[in-house]
Amino acid sequence: MTPDRETFHAALVARHGLERQARFDAARVAVCGLGGLGSNVAIALARAGVGRLHLIDFDRVEPSNLNRQQYFASQVGMTKADALRENIAAINPYCEVVAETLRIDPGKVRSLLAGDDIVCEAFDRAEAKAMLVSEVMEAFPDKPIVAASGMAGLESANRIATKRVSRRLYLCGDFVADVNDGLGLYGARVLVCAAHQATMVLRLIAGETEA
Amino acid sequence: MVTVNGEEKDAAGKTVAEYVESAGFNVARVVVEINEAIVPKGRYAETVLRDGDSVEIVCFMGGG
Repeated sequence: MTPDRETFHAALVARHGLERQARFDAARVAVCGLGGLGSNVAIALARAGVGRLHLIDFDRVEPSNLNRQQYFASQVGMTKADALRENIAAINPYCEVVAETLRIDPGKVRSLLAGDDIVCEAFDRAEAKAMLVSEVMEAFPDKPIVAASGMAGLESANRIATKRVSRRLYLCGDFVADVNDGLGLYGARVLVCAAHQATMVLRLIAGETEA
Repeated sequence: MVTVNGEEKDAAGKTVAEYVESAGFNVARVVVEINEAIVPKGRYAETVLRDGDSVEIVCFMGGG
């Protein structure tokens, strides 16, 4: 039985405290890319009761995604945006989700992300990561961005960290492992990196700016 | 001298494009900030590093 909105919210307040939960309730976070990083970040934020999630990906769920991405085998072929909206609704039906299936071209960043408080970069291609981070920082002088670099392979999870690169740019990962070096991607290690990103997003919403 | 990712480099006078390439980074994979201001991707060739600048270069790794 799904708890009603008040019961659900009271449970979040019991865990997080009234003041902090009020900040989570009011937050709007964009998650750009809904793969191994983004699908896990989005679910962590939905579970924490972040009020509004803006989910963006151009792709569909494939069998090769299921080792690390938060989709079910029955969702293969669906757009990731629709599948993740469905899965988040099953976890937290009171999280407001705007899910869009589109490719984020450089020219789109300004209009697409204008209404979001924080941007989470969760792409897989290095070139796309650099483009998004650069464009967001150029378009919005104060918007925090939480990006990821280096989570491929099976080196120790302890090498993954969160670094504050500059005033509003945060980077999570081991910063060196590249998937193109044939290292593979393992769900557990990608999840560690996604958890770093989600934690940093929650810290920012809570008013903490250090990594 | 120019401080790049916390280290002193003899890079004053070079453009961002020249420095990024000479340091061995793939220009398509980097984000560059000078004195906490982002350098737009289209301006790497015309932006010159000056003595005393503090530069952050993030070079992204693939995977996600």
